Amino acid sequence: MTTTELAPLPVGSGTTSAAVTVRGLTKRYGGRPVLAGLDLDVRRGECFALLGPNGAGKTTTIEILEGVRPRDGGDVVVLGEDPAVAGRGWRDRIGVVAQGEGGGAALSVRETLDHFAGYHATSRSTAELLSAVGLEESAGVRVERLSGGQRRRLAVALGVQGRPELLVLDEPTTGMDPVARRRFWELIRELRSDGTTILLTTHYLDEAAELADRVGVLAGGRLADVAPPDELGAALRRQSTVSWLEDGARRRVRTEEPGAVLRDLLAVHAEVPGLTVTRPGLEDVYLRLVGAVPTAADGDLR
Amino acid sequence: MTAVPTSARPAPPSAARIGLSRVGLELRLFFRERQQVVFSFAYPPVMLVIFASVLGADERPGGIPFAQYFLAGIAATGIMLTSFQAVGTAIAGERESGQLERLQLLGTPPVAYFAGKAGQVLVTAAAQLALLLPVARYGYDVPLPADLAHWATFLWVAALGALAGTVLGIAASALPGSATATTTAISALAIVLQFFSGVFFGFLELPGWMQQAAALFPLKWLTQGMRSAFLPEEAGAFEVAGGWEHGRTALVLAAWVIIGVMVCMRTFRWRRGEG
Repeated sequence: MTTTELAPLPVGSGTTSAAVTVRGLTKRYGGRPVLAGLDLDVRRGECFALLGPNGAGKTTTIEILEGVRPRDGGDVVVLGEDPAVAGRGWRDRIGVVAQGEGGGAALSVRETLDHFAGYHATSRSTAELLSAVGLEESAGVRVERLSGGQRRRLAVALGVQGRPELLVLDEPTTGMDPVARRRFWELIRELRSDGTTILLTTHYLDEAAELADRVGVLAGGRLADVAPPDELGAALRRQSTVSWLEDGARRRVRTEEPGAVLRDLLAVHAEVPGLTVTRPGLEDVYLRLVGAVPTAADGDLR
Repeated sequence: MTAVPTSARPAPPSAARIGLSRVGLELRLFFRERQQVVFSFAYPPVMLVIFASVLGADERPGGIPFAQYFLAGIAATGIMLTSFQAVGTAIAGERESGQLERLQLLGTPPVAYFAGKAGQVLVTAAAQLALLLPVARYGYDVPLPADLAHWATFLWVAALGALAGTVLGIAASALPGSATATTTAISALAIVLQFFSGVFFGFLELPGWMQQAAALFPLKWLTQGMRSAFLPEEAGAFEVAGGWEHGRTALVLAAWVIIGVMVCMRTFRWRRGEG
């Protein structure tokens, strides 16, 4: 309903409530445009999920926001500063959980956390971090002997160690088992309730639905839509699919007025075999937004 | 924008403090890499034993026994390997595994990262020399530096050489390509430099263009400085310049350190690819 999110605000306006403001961001790799005039707003204190298929530019976007990748054009303001020129004080206010690895592989988990504590103006204690990500029992284990999921948890601990105002997470739960994932979600909710702004990319729609106040879908180098998870793709959601069997074949009709379709059907047939009326879920909306499913509503797959 | 009440967050720790804590970290990581430790500490004595066994009867210009002349070269080479080669290789690996990316995201000042490497190199080079000198002294009767002045020369040449080698390693780690490719290039460069710089042969026996090429790099000066600490005063007459050139040695090595660090701070890459 509220599409005001998409209306660009001028840079600098209302910065007290904006953690991230992006206008017309462009980036190309060897002539191939990855970001084509991206606009993005993340408010202070919210959890924003950036969704998109592989190669859509999610990682590129957040690396530009982190100030570790140069941009080709556009305006970017993160926590009041331009990431391309901001200094260490600014960087210390941002926590990042990247896809890459942490400290030296021959260090134990505890040694890694103890060492990196010395890089921040203010740090969470190692004991607090170990328990928050559930690595207490692996504290003495060397990083090289950790499983993929445990490494991800260590990366999360390192990301939140410096009590960041803005936490940026690039596919944080990839490789985590379901228990670790739940625990991670819990941690993110706690951080959010403490006032930390959270920007995450994810492949998992359930994760976005679970955590995010708002979801942005990145497709074709721009945001295809921005909305709370259950309002995403409002126009698409209004379309229901009515499906039934007729002469042994399945018929489908997509409509905004399923009631009218049903009335017509029942006027002709006494009984309608295999009748279903489905509304698109988050996944259907997402797939259509990123253009993976052009028009067909796959009622059969549900 | 001025109204943003950014909580009174103190400034992040200074580069010096991070550098110091990185020295401790680098040393811990170094000593956990068993192969590296064995190679660094065993290579110079083993080379000394091999060369002294084969060429021990030879004499260098001025009637200096081969082992005495060679000790200066192998001490310099050992320092070069623990600084230039080990540092260049390590950085390329850390970049590839994403460890440098983490440091970049934490806002680590490059100079603090360099300081960690330099500190680790100084400590390991000292340990390496402390192992090599007794082998030369008691195994091959090589006299140690004659007096306090020669010991002082030995120390400043070793320290400056180790720092210059570290800087050269940091610079070489920026070579394009994978960590494996960088490692290969660095090893090749190290071997060529050893021959050019008169580590294995008398420097005077080398062709002039080789001598001039070597003079651009720290190893030649490090080796020459080491000879001035280990060889008798008269042997200076057999150097290219007819003397030990302490002033020029200090100048070249210090220039490598200072200019090198400034260049590296600009060219240093935390990630593969652009940046």
